[in-house]
Amino acid sequence: MSETPAIELRGVNKSFGPVHANRNIDLLVGKGSIHGIIGENGAGKSTLMSILYGFYQADSGSIHVDGREVRIADSRQAIDLGIGMVHQHFMLVDPFTVLENVILGAEDGATLSGGTRKARQELRRLEQEYGLKVDPDAVVGDLPVGLQQRVEILKALYRGAEILILDEPTGVLTPAEADHLFKILEVLRDQGKTVLLITHKLREIMAITDTVSVMRRGEMVATLKTAETSMEELAEQMVGRSVLLHVEKTPADPMGTILEVEDLNVTDARGVRVVKDISFKVKAGEIVGIAGVSGNGQSELLEALAGIRKADSGRLSIRSETLDLATMDIDPALMREKGMGHVPEDRHRMGLINSFAEYENAVLGYHRSEKYAKGLLLDIAAIKQEAREAIEKYDIRPPSTDLRTANFSGGNQQKIVLAREIERDPDVLLVGQPTRGVDIGAIEFIHKRLIELRDEGKAILLVSVELDEIRSLADRILVMFDGAIVGEREAGADETELGLLMAGVQDQGAASGAVAGEKA
Amino acid sequence: MSAGQLPRWVDYGLIPLINLIAAFLVSGLVVLLIGENPIDAVRVLIWGALGFGEGVGFTLFYATNFIFTGLAVAVAFHAGLFNIGGEGQAYVGGLGVALACLALDRIVPWWVTLPVAVAGAAVMGAAWAFIPAWLQAKRGSHIVITTIMFNFISYSLMVYLLVNVLAKPGSMQPETRTFEEGGRLPFLNDIQSLVDFGTAPVNLALVLALIASALVWVIIWRTRLGYEIRSFGANATAAVYAGMSPARIIIITMLISGGLSGMMALNEIMGSQHRLLIEFVAGYGFVGIAVALMGRAHPVGIILAAILFGMLYQGGAELAFEMPAISRDMIIVIQGLVILFAGALENLFRPAIVRIFTPSRAPAVQAG
Amino acid sequence: MKKLLTISVSTLAGLAFSAAAMAADINPAVLYDLGGKFDKSFNEAAFTGAEKFKADTGIGYRDFEIQNDAQREQALRNFAKRGQSPIIAIGFSQANAVEKVAKEFPDIQFAIVDSVIDLPNVRSIVFKEHEGSYIVGVAAALASKTGKVGFVGGMDIGLIRKFACGYKQGVMSVKSDAEVFENMTGDTGAAWNDPVKGGELAKSQFDKGADVVYHAAGGTGIGVLQAAHDAGKLGIGVDSNQNGLFPGSVLTSMLKRVDVAVAKTFEDAKNDAWSSGVQVLGLAEGGVDWALDDNNASLVNADMKAAVEKAKADIISGTVVVHDYMADNTCP
Repeated sequence: MSETPAIELRGVNKSFGPVHANRNIDLLVGKGSIHGIIGENGAGKSTLMSILYGFYQADSGSIHVDGREVRIADSRQAIDLGIGMVHQHFMLVDPFTVLENVILGAEDGATLSGGTRKARQELRRLEQEYGLKVDPDAVVGDLPVGLQQRVEILKALYRGAEILILDEPTGVLTPAEADHLFKILEVLRDQGKTVLLITHKLREIMAITDTVSVMRRGEMVATLKTAETSMEELAEQMVGRSVLLHVEKTPADPMGTILEVEDLNVTDARGVRVVKDISFKVKAGEIVGIAGVSGNGQSELLEALAGIRKADSGRLSIRSETLDLATMDIDPALMREKGMGHVPEDRHRMGLINSFAEYENAVLGYHRSEKYAKGLLLDIAAIKQEAREAIEKYDIRPPSTDLRTANFSGGNQQKIVLAREIERDPDVLLVGQPTRGVDIGAIEFIHKRLIELRDEGKAILLVSVELDEIRSLADRILVMFDGAIVGEREAGADETELGLLMAGVQDQGAASGAVAGEKA
Repeated sequence: MSAGQLPRWVDYGLIPLINLIAAFLVSGLVVLLIGENPIDAVRVLIWGALGFGEGVGFTLFYATNFIFTGLAVAVAFHAGLFNIGGEGQAYVGGLGVALACLALDRIVPWWVTLPVAVAGAAVMGAAWAFIPAWLQAKRGSHIVITTIMFNFISYSLMVYLLVNVLAKPGSMQPETRTFEEGGRLPFLNDIQSLVDFGTAPVNLALVLALIASALVWVIIWRTRLGYEIRSFGANATAAVYAGMSPARIIIITMLISGGLSGMMALNEIMGSQHRLLIEFVAGYGFVGIAVALMGRAHPVGIILAAILFGMLYQGGAELAFEMPAISRDMIIVIQGLVILFAGALENLFRPAIVRIFTPSRAPAVQAG
Repeated sequence: MKKLLTISVSTLAGLAFSAAAMAADINPAVLYDLGGKFDKSFNEAAFTGAEKFKADTGIGYRDFEIQNDAQREQALRNFAKRGQSPIIAIGFSQANAVEKVAKEFPDIQFAIVDSVIDLPNVRSIVFKEHEGSYIVGVAAALASKTGKVGFVGGMDIGLIRKFACGYKQGVMSVKSDAEVFENMTGDTGAAWNDPVKGGELAKSQFDKGADVVYHAAGGTGIGVLQAAHDAGKLGIGVDSNQNGLFPGSVLTSMLKRVDVAVAKTFEDAKNDAWSSGVQVLGLAEGGVDWALDDNNASLVNADMKAAVEKAKADIISGTVVVHDYMADNTCP
């Protein structure tokens, strides 16, 4: 680390209405280092980075780049200052080639040819220097996500970035891809670039960063040398109290099969087969985890089972009743009637209606129940009464039935959904990404609640892209790749092995009956 | 992260008021430009709308139309549907009213005709909304396109019927015969003596409009159907997740919406004109969109916005009468400005007001 | 029984100039129909008549453009309460409102154009549009080389069918095997002011072989005449003299003298010559006519002129009776 910091923030404040997103932030980022910024969702990490990249203007405070105080009014100025950003959601034009994407917005002149030639040379140089290999003529939409992310990094470097900000870069990557990314980041650092890594994953911080800053509720609570800290310490700093990072559970005691799925095939709106010949069973008292990189058919699988999405073929047996998912008139209301609860993957898009009050969301999907009817009208008093009970039982904060769910934090929103689905006493619970965007404290609670439910003898199907979560909760793990189940492992399976399966590397052992899906 | 909720009186009272004042200030500039005194103009407008019984009567008469069409737009709005076919639904609703009145006016008193006319209006209006609804629900045809197309079809249908089927023989006018007593709603002047509305045609339909407002409130906020309508409108994906059928919600919502539009004809046809005539809807269906927007799709807001637009219509007519330099088109400009500020530019002053009102409020919740 | 009072409008209108000096104390008013006073059609003709009266006599008048049906009665009452008299309501749609308000104000003089109301204080002014249309139909048939002529109407209502029917009879009287294409522009008030669509309709009629097109479509008709001009065909104007709009392309115009009727009504009131009852203004009364001036002199040859004048004379004398569509809603 050299004496002048690459970035220095002093007393930065930013508010959105009543929300003080950044409060008196001081930050020093050393040149040529990998600096992690960790914090829960909503801690203010993204806001801070957006200020640095010129999307937002700080209400007060100063920004110094290379020791010089600067004002960053928009992203162009940030680029001019040598700051590049790789967003969580890529800013790429899918039908364009890699080369076209790289020069987009930096075309240099009215005709493309001159710029293209130069860009091609430059890409070759970057490839050699940093090991960032991508075919410049490949169409971006056809590339796997890992490579798309590499294009984003190339874009930033092409624009002369000396400081690279990566916002939750591993969310969409397989473990192997993430490892590869980290190697690239190390090379970048060794070449003198400065890397700011935004994440909420403690493991990544420990694995790659030199220094780590922890944010909590809009404040910068600590900056530590990574080598001198531990996951536990960081977690404690993030949450403000000590937390249990590992789920405590006893081995499962599975009983008879409750849920059985046979030959499920699903085609999505684009006509692509996204779920291929899937069959599996879930027993009472066990959690079956479905691992896989996001976008390999898990979402569609859950939706088909919940009755939301039409299947091309497939049968579902719940207890002893068999439903044909392709020919019968299946809808989510029917599936609920049959005893299936469903915590959807995306609570904002599906699980909740954010403009509704808490009590209204507390009966979503169950609103037709006679319990809540008073003649032709809804029995609002009864609904609120039940909502209050759930709020108490699940420690939902603030304890208000009338507040819009949009105003609850991610963890509390998830608890609202969980309470709604669990408290109806379903035989089978479908759970998608139960802790996505949920703070550590709530994760602990949610995991505990799912284990309790298992121990009460329910069958739980858990879909998560967080491998850690699958490994710590599931009693059996099915790995999905390209719409098919490509392997089955017992609880506590080796992470590397699972990672390989998730990346589509053929299951050598063929331990279970599941067959790798044929290529479409 | 949410932008924070404002106190209700600010959200529903202060902001519309500021928008309204802004609209009037800009209108005042326009009035000034054509060489009239804007303060006099506002005085005449308000006096014309509220200054005397007959003016109030006319204001309420127009407001009745706007309540019905505003409610119609609002109900659809709650389901995320933009029903801009109120014009055609009201027009065809008029056919239902007229058929009921023509059939019964000579044999029974009005209060026997009324339920039949209400049913006729609602059924015809709903029927006219059904086809676009069905096309949206089953075929995905965009309801904005289909409802506006159905407006045009209704014009053709009604002109055809009025010229060829329903017109009085030998009359040059494309209109039905005038209803007898049995086909006329009583004027408010004839059934109460508290306020003298003069010769203003404000009639019993106003009461029906208020009843409809209350019913809409109950349906939207207190029934399972309303819950489903709002769910579907706020988040269609979540509604499907919750087991609601989009097709069913779209169709039912549009039937209610069309029925409410159709009932506007009660005020015009059975309450005022006492005959079915061409183009009696005269844009009330479209103004309903502005009324619903301004009234935040809430019945109370809609009633208030409807009265405001009633004032603009009646006060505007008086203004055009008293100040000939201010023509009919100027009045439309002023109405347009109100719609612009209250609807399209609704968020113009909001950020500033949010800033004024939030520091004093502690953040209710820790966001995220 | 309706008392028919026939006055030669054109001759009496001439008296207006000499009578200008006599200043009687009247407060006339005009109530336009939904189209508005600048509709390029007969509301505007009424406005022209009122303006002419004002210019001739120095007596001002009030006017009002309604925005919706409820305002008809309201505006009439507002006029009446202020003591305006006479009050002329333009357009048949005003009939019910005039009837109602005229009963409430028996001392005020009312008049209505295009409709008949049997009240002692109402003058009803109607025009025999079918007669005027007949004679321009004769001209159209004679001018057509293809034996095919067109008609473009505004809104598809009885009044416009009356124009179409008279025109057709005129055409047939010359060429019994002629083809007459009829198109209406629309079903709303917009049909009176849609020149683009008018032009399209005319073009489609030209494509079918028509070479003379008559319009009764208000502002829409400007598009019809423009299309005729562009295609090198002939158009026929309506209401006011539109020969000058496209000189050499407008064969003639069917004149409906709403302006004269309005000015005349005001004159009568001013000169204490007011009378109620029905004024049916046809060819004989000069209420309808065809227009011949420098702009179309080259288009109308002597034979044509003779034939049209003969038809006109035959109608005035009663030798030819033009069927009125409105009488039984049919056209022979």
